[in-house]
Amino acid sequence: MTDWPILSTVTFLPLVGVLLLLLTREDSPYGRRNILNVSLLTTVFTFVVSLFIWIGFDNSNPGFQMVEKSPWLGTGISYHLGVDGISMLFVILTTFLMPFCVLASWHSVEKRLKEYMIAFLLLEVVMVGVFVALDIVLFYVFFEATLIPMFIIIGVWGGKDRVYASYKFFLYTLAGSLLMMLAIMAMYWQAGTTDIVELLKYDFPANLQTWLWLAAFAAFAVKMPMWPVHTWLPDAHVQAPTAGSVILAGVMLKLGGYGFIRISLAMFPLASDYFAPFVFTLSVMAIIYTSLVAMMQDDIKKLIAYSSVAHMGFVTMGIFAGNMQGVQGAIFQMLSHGIVSGALFLCVGVIYDRLHTREIAAYGGLVNNMPKYAVAFMVFTMANVGLPGTSGFVGEFLTVIGVFQVNTWVALFAATGVILSASYALWLYRRVIWGALEKESLKGLLDLTAREKLILYPLVALTIFYGIYPAPIFDATAASVDLLVNNYAAALQAAQDLALTVH
Amino acid sequence: MIYKAIVFLPLIGFLIAGLFGRSIGAKASEYITSGLMVIVAVLSWIVFFNVAMAHGEGHEVIKVEVLRWIQSGGIDIEWAFRIDTLTAVMFVVVNTVSSLVHIYSIGYMHHDPHRPRFFAYLSLFTFAMLMLVTSDNLAQMFFGWEGVGLASYLLIGFWYKKPSASAAAMKAFIVNRVGDFGFLLGIAGIFMLFGSLNFETIFATAATYLPAEGAAEGGDVIASIFGMELTRYGALTLICLLLFMGAMGKSAQFLLHTWLPDAMEGPTPVSALIHAATMVTAGVFLVARMSPIFELSPDALLFVTIIGAITAFFAATVGLVQNDIKRVIAYSTCSQLGYMFVALGVGAYGAAIFHLFTHAFFKALLFLGAGSVIHAVDGEQDMRYMGGLRKHIPVTFWMMTIGTLALTGVGIPGTMFGFAGFFSKDVIIESAFASHSAAAGFAFTLLVIAALFTSFYSWRLAFLTFFGKPRASADVMHHVHESPQVMLVPLYILAIGAIAAGFLFEGYFFGHHYADFWKGALFTLPENQILEEFHHVPLLVKWSPFIAMAVGFVTAWYMYIKSPDTPRRLAESQKLLYEFLLNKWYFDEIYDFLFVRSAKALGRFLWKKGDIGVIDAYGPNGVAARVVDVTRSVVRLQSGYLYHYAFAMLIGVAALVTWMMLGSSM
Repeated sequence: MTDWPILSTVTFLPLVGVLLLLLTREDSPYGRRNILNVSLLTTVFTFVVSLFIWIGFDNSNPGFQMVEKSPWLGTGISYHLGVDGISMLFVILTTFLMPFCVLASWHSVEKRLKEYMIAFLLLEVVMVGVFVALDIVLFYVFFEATLIPMFIIIGVWGGKDRVYASYKFFLYTLAGSLLMMLAIMAMYWQAGTTDIVELLKYDFPANLQTWLWLAAFAAFAVKMPMWPVHTWLPDAHVQAPTAGSVILAGVMLKLGGYGFIRISLAMFPLASDYFAPFVFTLSVMAIIYTSLVAMMQDDIKKLIAYSSVAHMGFVTMGIFAGNMQGVQGAIFQMLSHGIVSGALFLCVGVIYDRLHTREIAAYGGLVNNMPKYAVAFMVFTMANVGLPGTSGFVGEFLTVIGVFQVNTWVALFAATGVILSASYALWLYRRVIWGALEKESLKGLLDLTAREKLILYPLVALTIFYGIYPAPIFDATAASVDLLVNNYAAALQAAQDLALTVH
Repeated sequence: MIYKAIVFLPLIGFLIAGLFGRSIGAKASEYITSGLMVIVAVLSWIVFFNVAMAHGEGHEVIKVEVLRWIQSGGIDIEWAFRIDTLTAVMFVVVNTVSSLVHIYSIGYMHHDPHRPRFFAYLSLFTFAMLMLVTSDNLAQMFFGWEGVGLASYLLIGFWYKKPSASAAAMKAFIVNRVGDFGFLLGIAGIFMLFGSLNFETIFATAATYLPAEGAAEGGDVIASIFGMELTRYGALTLICLLLFMGAMGKSAQFLLHTWLPDAMEGPTPVSALIHAATMVTAGVFLVARMSPIFELSPDALLFVTIIGAITAFFAATVGLVQNDIKRVIAYSTCSQLGYMFVALGVGAYGAAIFHLFTHAFFKALLFLGAGSVIHAVDGEQDMRYMGGLRKHIPVTFWMMTIGTLALTGVGIPGTMFGFAGFFSKDVIIESAFASHSAAAGFAFTLLVIAALFTSFYSWRLAFLTFFGKPRASADVMHHVHESPQVMLVPLYILAIGAIAAGFLFEGYFFGHHYADFWKGALFTLPENQILEEFHHVPLLVKWSPFIAMAVGFVTAWYMYIKSPDTPRRLAESQKLLYEFLLNKWYFDEIYDFLFVRSAKALGRFLWKKGDIGVIDAYGPNGVAARVVDVTRSVVRLQSGYLYHYAFAMLIGVAALVTWMMLGSSM
């Protein structure tokens, strides 16, 4: 077991599915069936295998585990994989969400199903790759590569404005990543290595940190997305097929947060501290501004997309609080948001599949003939609102506590999020679910099918489970975050001492 | 074990009725949830006698650990129960009323097709409330706090087809969230000051927190919160105020009270349980639980007193003119909660909890009685269409009368003869007078006036409903019927409480057995001698509530029995004042303008002008527009979307190849 390259296995296992898919033909219902089965089996199998990472994971070890390393192309860049407490659970989150994406696409994708599934499986490969990569070039390649399948998924299988949305998505992220590429080059020239483990130990000079931080920030802030570079997200979500939205909200946004923790905070502590007020400002803007905007949306998906931006505001705020509660809260918030927002988009998919509209005004009174759906939607709405007892609460609570110790003003403004999120989420629920069933078009709608129950019920269970017993997640992340936070504090302390001796 | 049973049996009831309600049927759901609640209520009284009434020194606080919850750095929170006298009292209040409301609802909700859901919600509420009162740390309390908010939201919106009900549910949740905003920051502040969220640690640290001997003003600056450089005392006061903001939301205190009257959209048993007896008292419980902190900050207590006094007065004035039977009682609840906060503010924590205790009985009695009235007159809630019901529903009439006597505080000063409210309310009024608080006189005056108003609107309600000529249509009057026994028995039991809870327990809650009863669950500084001092107020003060009550009664009798024309004439001659009160001081209109409309306008502005007008126009659209132009001309040559696909792949491959080359050249 110990020698088995489990991370490579999990990362590239979906490629086996891709290979099988390439061999199948789509021209008959039978072929379609095959494609779906192969995709589902691949993703489920990958998830099961990925659980062995968690099982084999040593919670008390703050360093990287299950490391695989071999030189690559003789260039100094190495194929170096490993997970620690910060990245491990994101791998699980990714593999966990994939089967739901396949299930969500069961009927709704009608054309080019084979290519669609291949795109998703490739996407899974590169997303997992980002989280396990321990070489910064590898990280960059995977990070950028996520763009391509997602661009295709939106551009080919999206709604009617998909071209605009996919280019907007592409332009934003490309602009950010070009800057990051420069940063990576600069890091290599300075430190002489592209190995993340080495880079984490390296002390970058303070003035260089500033520039590197800014370049990395451009890439991660767009992915996150932070205000004001968030406007690609609502459009991308609205146009993306349901499964695309799930992955976009569930995993791709977390690439930014993961980058902030792994690269910005860990490698550039001085710059992170210097820019923290700047990040706080943007985070608070995100929470208040996008919550208000979310409230006024008349498209369900757009509303949830904007609420995602607001929730990511808590994440960035927590990360740059730089203390235990802040960072652990941010990680938890990302994992929870992965489940909850993914589930919310799946919920939208359920009614979109029936009525083919996302207009809030087209709905109303669904509780009358879809009571089971109403319950599931209620649970996710409450998780979105951050009700204690759901997973949405824990992250929000910890990040607010974390940031309160650093900057009380930020905590004050961020806490308005509890009022605003309740406003938009409950208003949405009221308009879509409650009320009398008066619209003719809605009267024939049926409650959840067996497939939809299979999708939503596990997510309901997880949302509540991690709200009541989040300990497994905190146990897994504690050691690594502790190390990170201590290093961060030590670096700041050292710089301060140095400044004192100089003067 | 008994504690776990008390807290988790309602949860089991919720799960059974909620998950399987459809398959086991309405009857089974009703009996299972109600049966479990009766068991829980009996267990609660056992606990009450074991914990609160037991004598003996050194009765430790009982701690029951259940499960780990959140561990992160210095935060170490468990799901755990903290059982002391305060918890035991709340057990009795919550579970007694809840079980009676469950039973009552079997009759009241008889015709409703969604009974399993209703009973599931009731049990869910009870569970959340029990988590709140047993909490061992602030995070768990917040869980219960929001949990009862959720249950309240679901129950107010129970009849989701009514737009007014779903609007009221939303309003209740959001206004409560405004309070929770403060509560959350208060929790964060507590962690900052004390490094823990567990009560045990907080209370232990609090004891020695302030610098000794009058150094409160001169202490060093220890924290900067919201731009203010605060000493230990200042920080503590601010944290108390933030926590109190949460209490104001949940307990519908002045400025955050607007949700409570609207919450009457829910079924009446819900109003009795949640919006009278239990949930709305959570704020009082919070301050009492945190008494080791609040007691250290006279300034925070002063604020509590002032808000409480204003609420008591304000809600009573609005109650004077309301026509909806449930809204009158709702404003009365609001007003009585104000009394409790005044008691807390002047340091008479025992008196506050005592009033909470007695109030639960008589207010639940009044609400369930009102429900019985509404049940009798076919769902009518407007008192202008009632009248003369005394003969038709005599049992309800007498039960309501007992409730009214208890609420208005009928009793003979200086003796032990009186209804429950007589003891608890008079104690508060006397304490307000006796206290050394800067707002003592202010609070005392407003409370006495509020007592007069209380008496007036209560008797007005009784006279309008039960006396005079019937004003309902002949058809309705023909069908008026007394409620079934399943609804009346809970009334009897509550009536016993409304009569006896006062004289039986006064000595324990706020009398000779105070120390023996509370066993330190309520913290008071050595300087706080209110327990002793309130006995020594002037005779006139002792009699003032009685006089106010009598005046209110006589006025109501004159206006609604003797000369029923007076109210109309008075309303016409004082039109401005009448409209002002009838429209609840125009709070809803002001808030709608200030917050709801402006937030919506701002949201729309930020979206249309900010996101689309500025960010998109100057950012991606400028660039994207060019790209799209170019691609369009190319796409015209091709067909389908293959081009995009290829284009994207090309860029990806190009990026990768570039990297390989760069990498090897380095």
